[in-house]
Amino acid sequence: MFGKNDVIPGRRLTLGITLTFVSLFLFIPLAAFVLFASGMGFEKFIAAVTDWRNVHAYGVSFFCALAAGLINAVFGLIIAWVLVRYNFRGKKLMDALIDLPFALPTAVAGIALTTLYAQNGPLGKIFYSVGIESAFSPMGITIALIFVGIPFVARSVQPVLKELDPQLEEAANLFGAGNWTIFSKIIFPELVPPLLTGFALAFARGIGEYGSVVFIAGNMPYETEIAPLMIMTKLEQFDYQSAAAIAIVMMVLSLTILLGIHGYQAQQLKKIGGAANA
Amino acid sequence: MRESIWLQRFLIFLAAAFLFVMLIMPLMLVAQEALAKGVDFYFKALTDEYALKALHLTIEATILAVVLNTIFGISSAWLLTKFDFRGKTFLGSLIDLPFAISPVVAGLFFIMLFGRMSPLYPILQENNLAIVFAVPGIILATVFVTFPFITRELVPVMENQGRAEEEAAATMGASGWTIFRRVTLPNIKWALGYGIILCSARALGEFGAVSVVSGHIRGKTNTLPLHIEILYNEYNFTAAFAVASVLVFLAIMILILRNIVESANKNPVEEKIPTDNKNSDVPKIGDLNVGSST
Repeated sequence: MFGKNDVIPGRRLTLGITLTFVSLFLFIPLAAFVLFASGMGFEKFIAAVTDWRNVHAYGVSFFCALAAGLINAVFGLIIAWVLVRYNFRGKKLMDALIDLPFALPTAVAGIALTTLYAQNGPLGKIFYSVGIESAFSPMGITIALIFVGIPFVARSVQPVLKELDPQLEEAANLFGAGNWTIFSKIIFPELVPPLLTGFALAFARGIGEYGSVVFIAGNMPYETEIAPLMIMTKLEQFDYQSAAAIAIVMMVLSLTILLGIHGYQAQQLKKIGGAANA
Repeated sequence: MRESIWLQRFLIFLAAAFLFVMLIMPLMLVAQEALAKGVDFYFKALTDEYALKALHLTIEATILAVVLNTIFGISSAWLLTKFDFRGKTFLGSLIDLPFAISPVVAGLFFIMLFGRMSPLYPILQENNLAIVFAVPGIILATVFVTFPFITRELVPVMENQGRAEEEAAATMGASGWTIFRRVTLPNIKWALGYGIILCSARALGEFGAVSVVSGHIRGKTNTLPLHIEILYNEYNFTAAFAVASVLVFLAIMILILRNIVESANKNPVEEKIPTDNKNSDVPKIGDLNVGSST
């Protein structure tokens, strides 16, 4: 256990530093939360979790994140596709630009998107003139979540698409398969795992996202309140128990999504490993 | 498979139009709104006392988060890749945990730990220590949300590198520090740089977690993103966008740096990485969360 046979030095030192950091920054805060939450009592927990205003907020977070994830799956696939397979001017710029949502603070994105899509904003004008409320509505929330989720799908599909074996396509072509058949039968099945991964990451991120959404959401009770906002609201009212209860629901949601995708990946790895050994 | 030129053009157009509307237009709007009341107003908003204090705090929190996470990232990556022990997978997943937790929930953890319902609260009060609704809380929350970034970048690179070089150096009697500096560091410097860039970007812009623990005290516990929120909620839009433009500038710098690091990294590493990439088909969660690519 203590590695007396190690050739490389540093086991004790790195173990010590790592455990200190993990304890200080992860374990103790998490334990404090669990301790507090477990002290609140089952009835109080159920009451807070099932409060209709909170349930509505989980729903808004869930469905807006789902919609944004799906839209990003479609556009992420298209972006990855053109970046890997085509040559055009501005390709490098496009490739670099995709990561902007990782680099740009969410509050900046939030106020910019709100101004853009509000009733008198450059894009909002167009939407509102045809009767679509593009800000302070579920659609506004979805727009903000699309913004934060853009890199996930594109960045997970890109490397897989790059490494696809072109011989398979050539062979299919020789046998007279059309473009659509090649795409749907040969290429797309390979892209399903990274698409799912990217989608799940964008989805999980969307459920927890706060900074970019609060501005454009409008935060109307029973309409456009999101789950993280409910935590903020409860905190401002010093209702720590309800805040903790909502936090538990959110953690269960995003952990389910991420563990689901982890399990799926493990299964895929096994399949790939098996094929490679055969 | 060769698509017709029209289909190609159509797909390129779709991708470009999507990115233009979703990414370029918000950036242009920030620039336009920031200068809506002229250059004088713009600079006045930037040099406002509270804006400068917020900038100061943001830089302080970012530097501390980066330094702490660099120490932690290198140690944990060394531990995870150079040694075998029970519970290794568990430790790896634990480090990834902040990716699965909403920043607002992360902030809540620290409120539970140091806030008024905490068993620690009386002790903190007695010693006049403020952690939440004060600067230390902001730093803790920032470290929490950026916790996995550097480890995640280093582990795959060090895994690929193997242990042979370090073992050879150790057998020849090199000390741990020398091995790290002379053998390991040259191999991981780009990955480390990349991790630091991602960590800084996130630390600079963190909003949710910091918002929970900050208490929004102007001139004291306001970071730049929180300062933007306050200005915006006061309908002081031009000033909000002026401050936002600084963060846009930093974000663009980060993207440029990222590209430099990535292209500098590409050539030497491609030669070194062994060809059995059979597992690379399925990206790992941690790799993607921070936007790493090939």
